[in-house]
Amino acid sequence: MIRLSKLKPYVMVAPALSFFLMFFIYPIFYMIRLSVTSWNFISPQKEFIGFNNYIELFTSEEFYQVLYNTLIYTVLTVGFSLVLAVLLALWLNKQGTLYNIVQGAIFSPYIISLVSVALLWLWMMDPQYGLLNVVLELMGLPKSLWLTHPNTALFSLVIVGVWKVLGYNTLIVMAGLQSIPKDIYEAAELDESNKWTTFYKITLPMLSPTIFFLLIVSTISSFQVFDTVQVMTQGGPINSTNMLVYYIFQYGFDFFKIGYASAAGVVLLVIVGIMTIFHFMFLSKHVYYR
Amino acid sequence: MKKILYVLDKLALILLALIFVFPFVWMVSTSFKSLQEVLIFPPKWIPDKLMFQNFVKAWSSGPFVTYFINSVLVSVSILALQFATMVPAAYAFARYKFKGYKLVFGITIAALMIPPQITFLPVYLQMSAWSALKTHIPLIIPFGASAFGIFLLRQSFMQVPDEIIEAAKLDDASEWKIMWNIMVPMARPVFITFGLFSFIYHWNDYFWPLVMTNSEAIRTLPIGIAMLKDAEGGINWNIVMAGNMILVAPILLVFFFARRQIIKAFVYSGIK
Repeated sequence: MIRLSKLKPYVMVAPALSFFLMFFIYPIFYMIRLSVTSWNFISPQKEFIGFNNYIELFTSEEFYQVLYNTLIYTVLTVGFSLVLAVLLALWLNKQGTLYNIVQGAIFSPYIISLVSVALLWLWMMDPQYGLLNVVLELMGLPKSLWLTHPNTALFSLVIVGVWKVLGYNTLIVMAGLQSIPKDIYEAAELDESNKWTTFYKITLPMLSPTIFFLLIVSTISSFQVFDTVQVMTQGGPINSTNMLVYYIFQYGFDFFKIGYASAAGVVLLVIVGIMTIFHFMFLSKHVYYR
Repeated sequence: MKKILYVLDKLALILLALIFVFPFVWMVSTSFKSLQEVLIFPPKWIPDKLMFQNFVKAWSSGPFVTYFINSVLVSVSILALQFATMVPAAYAFARYKFKGYKLVFGITIAALMIPPQITFLPVYLQMSAWSALKTHIPLIIPFGASAFGIFLLRQSFMQVPDEIIEAAKLDDASEWKIMWNIMVPMARPVFITFGLFSFIYHWNDYFWPLVMTNSEAIRTLPIGIAMLKDAEGGINWNIVMAGNMILVAPILLVFFFARRQIIKAFVYSGIK
């Protein structure tokens, strides 16, 4: 007979585990299964069509455009928000009321609903009456069409993405800075190392676990951009801001091509999965852990 | 020279803060303007007359009382469920070595890695098959357990010294009692941190409620606010921003008073 106390841990993890299985693990398998069918949501039969959805995806110019948009958005958003965060953190990592206020100010967008942020920037980027064109005009620059022109729309979304997440990244980097032991800097000072060398040889390597963490988190979350696309552009103009999650949403809920949308979902899953593994395997080699 | 640098530094700091604060000031300013004033270029910062009726208009443009109640109901229910599932799971992960530990822990890590933006379609179809789409279930149940919360709490449970637990055992305290009367009170900061994190996240969430709802009766505030944009042809920015204020103000207000705690709640995940 099994002793009752042996069962205890299983009983304890069972509730949480059943949620995970039901809403994370099972849906993944269900999605993979749907991706090889031509289901339209209405017909009772889910007809098996093999890899046809995938073939359709990868021969569709629209899908490549979407992948390209997502990639550009991610590279730019992650790049800007990381580089700026390191610079800001080095600057703001001081004690004082003003520094505290500024830290709070740059963090505040992070806790605001993305739909509010999107509405706010949609209004600021209004080509006729928006605030941003006033600023451009004040600086003697030509007005921009922002979200209404295919050349500037994606970059406008990048601005919103960076503005939203910069404060979070900065505070994480600051936390990383604070964990660097002071005696290393004292030793560097004794060696009369100049500021740039100290930054390059000490600060940056010691920060690498933090930057590595942020790189993973922000890349994965940038790949899932949706709210700003849905509220600000709906993928337009001429598909210039359509990105993966929005594309899946469109094909699932507007066109009812469930199989096709699921195949795109599997592609997103694979990309996120590969990125996670890639980061862990390759980048971690260049990260200095203490 | 030093003095000039000092002043420049302060000025740059203020400029930086303004870049992040101005959009909110602009939102407040717009929300009090009349439609004519909204369309003045270059814009005025302070409206001639404060149009409080914008807020009434925004609020009465849809069933906002229902949206508000739904938002509270959804975020509070999620939090309650998460607390109920994370305490025993974190306790088991922290205090037991059992067969299948690696598998269960692996599934938890996977749940942490797989975002709702990947699983929404199959979950939606599942909910549809269960005819649950017209209820609050799809908004609440999928978030019934938080892998992130379990990790945080496990960390804190593992830090409870063994002597305390041994002493309790000598006093014949049951496992159940140790968990709820000793471990849980000691992990209070984690509950506050996670509670803030979870509540703000789900209060703000737009994606999931948008995907999972198709009836007004179960929609939450962010959906209602976003719909203001598409109401009545042409965008009435003053009304939209008034609505936006309704959504943003409570969070900003809480942030103003509990800044340290909230930053800790969000940044905690990043510090190992």
